[in-house]
Amino acid sequence: MSLRSLRTSIAITGGHVAGWLSRVTGRGQGATISGRVINAIAPNALAQLATGQRVALVSATNGKTTTTRLLAAAVARTGERVVSNATGANLTSGIAPILAKARAPGLAVLEVDERVLPRVVDPLGAELLVLGNLSRDQLDRYGEVHAVGDLWRHAAETHPDLRVVANASDPHVVWAATPAKTMWIDLGLGWRNDAATCPNCAALLSWSTDRFDCPSCGFGQPATPNRLDGDTLVLDGTRVPLRLALPGRWNLANAALAVTAAATHFGVDPHDAADAATTITTVAGRYMTVALPNGRRARVLLAKNPAGWSEVLHHLSVPPPARRNCSVVIAVNARVADGKDPSWLWDVPYELLRGQPVAAAGERAYDVAVRLRYAEVDHLVEPDPLAAAASLPGDDVNIVASYTQFSAIYRRFG
Amino acid sequence: MRASSESAVRVGLVYPELLGTYGDRGNAVVLAQRLRWRGHAAELVEVTAGAPIPDSLDVYLFGGGEDDPQVMASAGMRNSRAAIDRARAGGAAVLAVCAGFQLIGHSYEAADGTMIDGLGLVDAVTRAGPNRLIGELVVEPDLPLPVLTGFENHGGRTTLGPSERPLGRVLARNGRGGDTEGLVGERLIGTYMHGPVLPRNPALADHVLSWVVGDLSPLDSTTEEQLRAAQLHAGSARGLRKWWQERVLARG
Repeated sequence: MSLRSLRTSIAITGGHVAGWLSRVTGRGQGATISGRVINAIAPNALAQLATGQRVALVSATNGKTTTTRLLAAAVARTGERVVSNATGANLTSGIAPILAKARAPGLAVLEVDERVLPRVVDPLGAELLVLGNLSRDQLDRYGEVHAVGDLWRHAAETHPDLRVVANASDPHVVWAATPAKTMWIDLGLGWRNDAATCPNCAALLSWSTDRFDCPSCGFGQPATPNRLDGDTLVLDGTRVPLRLALPGRWNLANAALAVTAAATHFGVDPHDAADAATTITTVAGRYMTVALPNGRRARVLLAKNPAGWSEVLHHLSVPPPARRNCSVVIAVNARVADGKDPSWLWDVPYELLRGQPVAAAGERAYDVAVRLRYAEVDHLVEPDPLAAAASLPGDDVNIVASYTQFSAIYRRFG
Repeated sequence: MRASSESAVRVGLVYPELLGTYGDRGNAVVLAQRLRWRGHAAELVEVTAGAPIPDSLDVYLFGGGEDDPQVMASAGMRNSRAAIDRARAGGAAVLAVCAGFQLIGHSYEAADGTMIDGLGLVDAVTRAGPNRLIGELVVEPDLPLPVLTGFENHGGRTTLGPSERPLGRVLARNGRGGDTEGLVGERLIGTYMHGPVLPRNPALADHVLSWVVGDLSPLDSTTEEQLRAAQLHAGSARGLRKWWQERVLARG
């Protein structure tokens, strides 16, 4: 406590009270409102709270919460004390109460919103950025993808000593991280639809099966000895098997990024880091199962944009013998935190779900229903995602929810 | 009427990698499916960025995109101007949304302030506006169609020449009305409405299709009507009243 001013201490107490009020009144998990109170009372709180912490920041359009969780688990193998925002509260105001919990010097592994990232590098004295991917998300609020990439790049340009671990297979991330001291890893993920043009010169990017290049200015995928090969991380020649409890190839990419950061920046043995990742089964409610009214259980996944959905569909559209047994509830809201325009539903190939039991749910269930009608996917419409899940047949019931739908389920069951 | 009953109607999605940021692919899906469900053959043709736009399409769809991709799209569209003119002369239809709407005009102001030439299919010029218009939009169309609903997200302001006719009058934009929206020409519609616009407004989809295949048999649109009711309510109470009057009161 001696490091903190009285003002910061008062701010933290005020923040705790606000967070407690938020929880007991059922308005939220309290992290964001408590942070707002802290920032209002003590604007320098972030810098003070981060004193003595080695800070790593994780950001991406998709997978930042999971990557943060995996990285925090991996760096805990150093034996140092680790604080991390495990609930996914990733705005400035969500970070402060997490740092306030750190009573002694140690490591802080913090998930940060894509737009907030450049603003907190200085106050937190961040030494490492872990950058996953950028694609369109909440266009009404975040603006276009190139703009977010430019913000990140500005942070890298103005902090030449910053270390970065970044995905080499995402053009926006490569553009952003190139000015920094960057350790690249080729995660090989396939979402290309938001990176048609070169971030440097605006010419058409050319894509082959395993890399991208700009034929006009020479911008392209950086060479790196680090890559994800199936379910194995290849780290400078060392093969590290990733045996995850978390589903899907997108989580293999999250884990590969986290293990690379833990190994190359924090000196954790990569096999130890991968071992730590195997212990994670749910991440702030993602992949948890909930009990349905009729005694069955449903798994809950978060998908909030076309890139995320394309990965989830790759995982959930199963071969014919199991199709009738794998049901999917598509639960979509269009509140501020979801993006108020659900047009993105039309960029998701829901046609892949033909023959599987499907329900349209959420406050925008009719938008989902119209999309499914034109995809010729038989479905029922039931706004309540749990009631919808209970109505579907099959042993493998999945609720895939947009952000505020997901949060509501997590608050109820998490 | 352009398409004969034997040949498939070719619904062309132009440069989806560049002009596909805001879900406007859905317009192509809706046109193709509403033809198929009525027994017409339909083919969804994607014209990939960098390729010339062919003159063989029956419907040309230009969608919304980001700043740099829009500049890239404008070059490809200008290079294909002759093919598009041939198709238009032969009866092809155009639906241009947001960036695509700006690109069928004479010119638009790019993010860096330079004026970029468009196709000049219509007498319209787009300048950057003081702010971005983001939100639900309800429009009373200047066509014999029900009220239109969509979602707009753009910074440009498009001014029509004196001979051009707006698509309709804005009933509600962020709770206010008064402006005009879009443009309707000969077998051509320009609009800022995403949503996408055709699944939200199946009557408008059929209006475009009728330009290509003539009279259409009725199609059940109950699901779309439920969505329309919800979004017209969200867009404005006024829009909902209008819809209610037309759908319910007009039936007597």
